[in-house]
Amino acid sequence: MQKDDFSKSYVVEGKLALPYTYFAGRLGSTFLTTIRDQQKIMGVRCNQCSKVFVPPRQTCERCLSDIRENWVTLENTGEVINFTVVREHDKHLPRKTPYILGMIRLDGADTPMVHIIEGVNPESVSEGMRVKAVFAAESEGTILEIDHFIIS
Amino acid sequence: MGYKNKKRHVGIIGIGETKFSSHREDVNQPEMIHEAVRRALDDAGLQIDDIDCVVHGNMELFEMVHQADMWHTIGTGAYGKSAFRLTTGGTTGGTLVCGADNLVASGMYDVVMAIGFEKLQEGHTTGGITNMADPLWARKLQSGALTAQAAVKLIAEFGEERARRAAMTYRIIMDKHACKNPNAHRAFHLEWDQIDDLMKHSPPLIGDLRLIHMCSQSDGACAIIFASEKKAREISDTPVWIRDHITIHREETLNLHNNFYPIQTTHRFAAEKLYERNGIENPLEYFDVFEMYDPSAWWGVDWLRDFFLLEGDQHIQMVENHDIMIDGKMPINPSGGVIATNPIGATAMVRVAEAAKQIRGDAGEHQIPGKVEHGLASSFGGTMWTVLTMLEKETNW
Repeated sequence: MQKDDFSKSYVVEGKLALPYTYFAGRLGSTFLTTIRDQQKIMGVRCNQCSKVFVPPRQTCERCLSDIRENWVTLENTGEVINFTVVREHDKHLPRKTPYILGMIRLDGADTPMVHIIEGVNPESVSEGMRVKAVFAAESEGTILEIDHFIIS
Repeated sequence: MGYKNKKRHVGIIGIGETKFSSHREDVNQPEMIHEAVRRALDDAGLQIDDIDCVVHGNMELFEMVHQADMWHTIGTGAYGKSAFRLTTGGTTGGTLVCGADNLVASGMYDVVMAIGFEKLQEGHTTGGITNMADPLWARKLQSGALTAQAAVKLIAEFGEERARRAAMTYRIIMDKHACKNPNAHRAFHLEWDQIDDLMKHSPPLIGDLRLIHMCSQSDGACAIIFASEKKAREISDTPVWIRDHITIHREETLNLHNNFYPIQTTHRFAAEKLYERNGIENPLEYFDVFEMYDPSAWWGVDWLRDFFLLEGDQHIQMVENHDIMIDGKMPINPSGGVIATNPIGATAMVRVAEAAKQIRGDAGEHQIPGKVEHGLASSFGGTMWTVLTMLEKETNW
């Protein structure tokens, strides 16, 4: 193959740091502060579709009803309905690899949420395992108000 | 579904690709894009004045640039013309084709040029991909783009030996195709007797996903010119017609719809809908070429089942029997596919471009030897995003 000619081709090196702000909204704020202050996980219910969503949302994604007032308290326990094992380390990751990311459906909810699963090694995790929320010792202000879910 | 039949046929009348490579230090972004634009114009025998509208796209954030369509004008030729920018992640190139097709079919424009590009060496792909997730609920838990999920699935179903051998056979077939394509980025000249060695010794990335299985990071651009049927027949002797396209996507980090719809990949869902509304009963028999967006050999093998609506181990057999080779029963990626060449914002458009070249019959050394009248091209993006495009030699459907 012909060798590429990069003579007289100057490469500019640079680096951007990109701080950002994201507004959680009233529902997201209530969800996070309820976990922080009361160690309680809340969802919202669409009465028309009979579905309970977590994390909460202002409108039902199916019928677009306004469901912001329809808070329901969920159990801190749930079921692993799917999972993956994160094996490749990168500095943005919340744990040292390998660790397990699961889709967890809380008891009382219809939608699953993604979170870290601990208390089982990656070779033994399976769908259907029961888990329980472990709350963060120090407030994070993000979904990591729940530190992880542990196999119960 | 809001799908309506087209108001008028739309034909591909010009195709331009750059040579794809690991880095292009000798040109900046608009200069590199211009290479593809110039080739597409020359291919169609047109001047820039003949173009009514330019549609531009790539991966948002991958080069850490904003409104690139505006300052790329010096390379795209969009000066004084209508212009749009589309950016749908990995599927961008496929969406560019959908957009251009819709713009012409609607009657708004007669001649539209779509351009997809990427210079992956200039930015930080994981930085871009990590920004895909919902910032409130998923960003802190986002991992990355590499996954061995398809390997886990295939091994669980077909056993380690058969699954690993199928994935590596697929990989070598794709390399053999890439060696015939002068634009391909990576062409290693792999041989069949290297299968066992590669299965054991190619550096592992994650689980059973090895370096040799995975797509490249490429620089390059692709431009395609579309025209209304009347214009297309005037300008080109071999227009290739866009028969239909379908887009299906699903956000999977929050898994919003998991409880409401059957658990099915977006690929299979898209294929079923597309074939149903076009009366295609046996896609394996109907299509003469399939250019698949196959980011790894594992995904390539696994997705054959979805795209052709296969059951059991039919897809594994297609690989084992070499049916997917350029001279096989169902040629897949005679270009070498995405494992050989992945300039992401252009990648999905290259699938359409390559399938169209096969139908025109002028792909060169990687032209399929038999007749090619019906083409299929797929696009893939995260978290699960499918665009499927059907191409035809005639307008008799």
